[in-house]
Amino acid sequence: MNSIKFLYAAYVATWTIHLLYVGSLVRRYRRLKQDLSELKKK
Amino acid sequence: MKRAFPILATFTALALVYASYQALRVAPTDALQGDVYRIIYYHVPSAWTAFLLFFINFIASVHYLVDSNRSASRVAKWMVLAIGIGGCVVAYVTPLPNGMRPSVAATTALAITAVYFVIGKYFSGDRLDMLAVTTAEVGVVFCTIVLVTGPIWARPVWGIWWAPGDIRLTSTLVLWLIYVSYLVLRRFSNSAQTQVLAATVAVFGALDVPLVYFSIWFFRTQHPQPVIGGGGSMDPRMLHVLLISWMAFLCFAFLVCWLRYRFETMRREVEEAQVLESLLGDDRGPSAETGNPKVALNRSGL
Amino acid sequence: MHKQSFTGGDAMSLPSSTTRGAITRATLTKDIRLEWRSKDALNSMLFFSLLVVVIFSFSFDPLAEESRRIAGGLVWVAILFAAVVALNQTWARELRNQVLDAYRVSPAPPNALFMAKALGNFLFVSLLEALMTPLFIIFYNLRALGPAWQLIPIALLGTWALVVNGTFFAAISLRTRSRELMLPLLLFPISIPAVLGMVAGTTAILTGENSAHFWIVLLLTYDLVFTTACLALFEKVLDAE
Repeated sequence: MNSIKFLYAAYVATWTIHLLYVGSLVRRYRRLKQDLSELKKK
Repeated sequence: MKRAFPILATFTALALVYASYQALRVAPTDALQGDVYRIIYYHVPSAWTAFLLFFINFIASVHYLVDSNRSASRVAKWMVLAIGIGGCVVAYVTPLPNGMRPSVAATTALAITAVYFVIGKYFSGDRLDMLAVTTAEVGVVFCTIVLVTGPIWARPVWGIWWAPGDIRLTSTLVLWLIYVSYLVLRRFSNSAQTQVLAATVAVFGALDVPLVYFSIWFFRTQHPQPVIGGGGSMDPRMLHVLLISWMAFLCFAFLVCWLRYRFETMRREVEEAQVLESLLGDDRGPSAETGNPKVALNRSGL
Repeated sequence: MHKQSFTGGDAMSLPSSTTRGAITRATLTKDIRLEWRSKDALNSMLFFSLLVVVIFSFSFDPLAEESRRIAGGLVWVAILFAAVVALNQTWARELRNQVLDAYRVSPAPPNALFMAKALGNFLFVSLLEALMTPLFIIFYNLRALGPAWQLIPIALLGTWALVVNGTFFAAISLRTRSRELMLPLLLFPISIPAVLGMVAGTTAILTGENSAHFWIVLLLTYDLVFTTACLALFEKVLDAE
């Protein structure tokens, strides 16, 4: 049943990629909020 | 509108859980491949989603290029109508490759027309470009998943990671390359007209795809290669689970696109504000006396 | 080429004897003359292509049995890289002398300008090919087992495929950071069917095992599709900014 490892690998890879992307969105969003608050201070 | 998001997110999460359960438990085990074949329930829906997103990007890019010009816009509209009606006619009159059912071809043709007019109605100008960049990015994410799960599936089943003649995987790779270069262009371009340049690249990419497909197809007839993800009919129960998976991933894709689109809206607003701030200068700071444009520019981070 | 009337504003309307073809020819002649005067760039490009051939002959053993099979791929990959270096140069000079701004305000149709640039690049890259191909033949002891004359349409159509998109993307890359990198990034993915056509067609003729007909038709289709697309969209690219 070695091939089951590949099944798990595929599912894990899929969600890892999705998480990485959504994570990058969150990070960009936070940086944008920071820029916005800096602008508002001025 | 804001309340819709959490509701949709919850629904999507449930749909994904349900789909995964169906994929892992309910779907019957394949006679030849065993349980590994279940990768298909992530691989194929991701591919269909990626293609749909890239298609929307293409339509948005075309709109962006032609909408400013009346005659070009009219030509495009007529061409799209011709594709829709012509596609229906061709689907039922001529024999289709690969045993495709006429209804599928006709629906695809009509869908092209429908998407073109729907996008034209609800999006215009800058918002077309925002739609373009959103679908390109999310499309690349899903396409990456296709290219990662494909070899993971191929290795245990066919003993090889990659077959250069495999028409679907190779075409998908080229599509991925085209859209990554599209995103790199958007990142590296600092021109005011980045959007137009990117739209032309998208159009070129779309023109390229059928050529890629045919060139690899012919290459394969001259150099027979193993076919990964082989064709052929599917057990209806498997098809059922496949469609459930696809619906779940479509909802997920929609959610992510929504987030990306909203982020893009905000990003442009902030950018505009930053530009304005640097142009008008800060009339509350010391630089106002000196009227030093350099200081204002530095502060806005441009 | 039929006569066109230009709508570039009353003060700038050209005499009716200035056709699109004349503009293309004039721009092309100017480019060739400029290139010829600054023979440095030409000579270094030729030397560069020679170096590429030599490096390849060290990396891929020419004495091996398989050399005839891979020679098609080697030649075209080498030409592809040499062409990219050449293409990067051609717009750079325009940029240095702010010629682009002059083009933009002139009433000349952008298509004519594009065709002139593309034809100039085509001649330049063909010159490089004319140098590299005999060298490959010598190093790899190549002999075509199939109909050798078919290599000519493959070379012509293939070179045009690279050059037409290369010129277009070079113009797009002008306004980007890392513009020398941007050109191959954009060009290579789009060129994949053309490269496959060139390589497979050349290999088919060299090995004599298959017919190159399909590949010639594919290259022709590719050229028609993308030449049309470039001509249709070049104005938008030129006007950008």
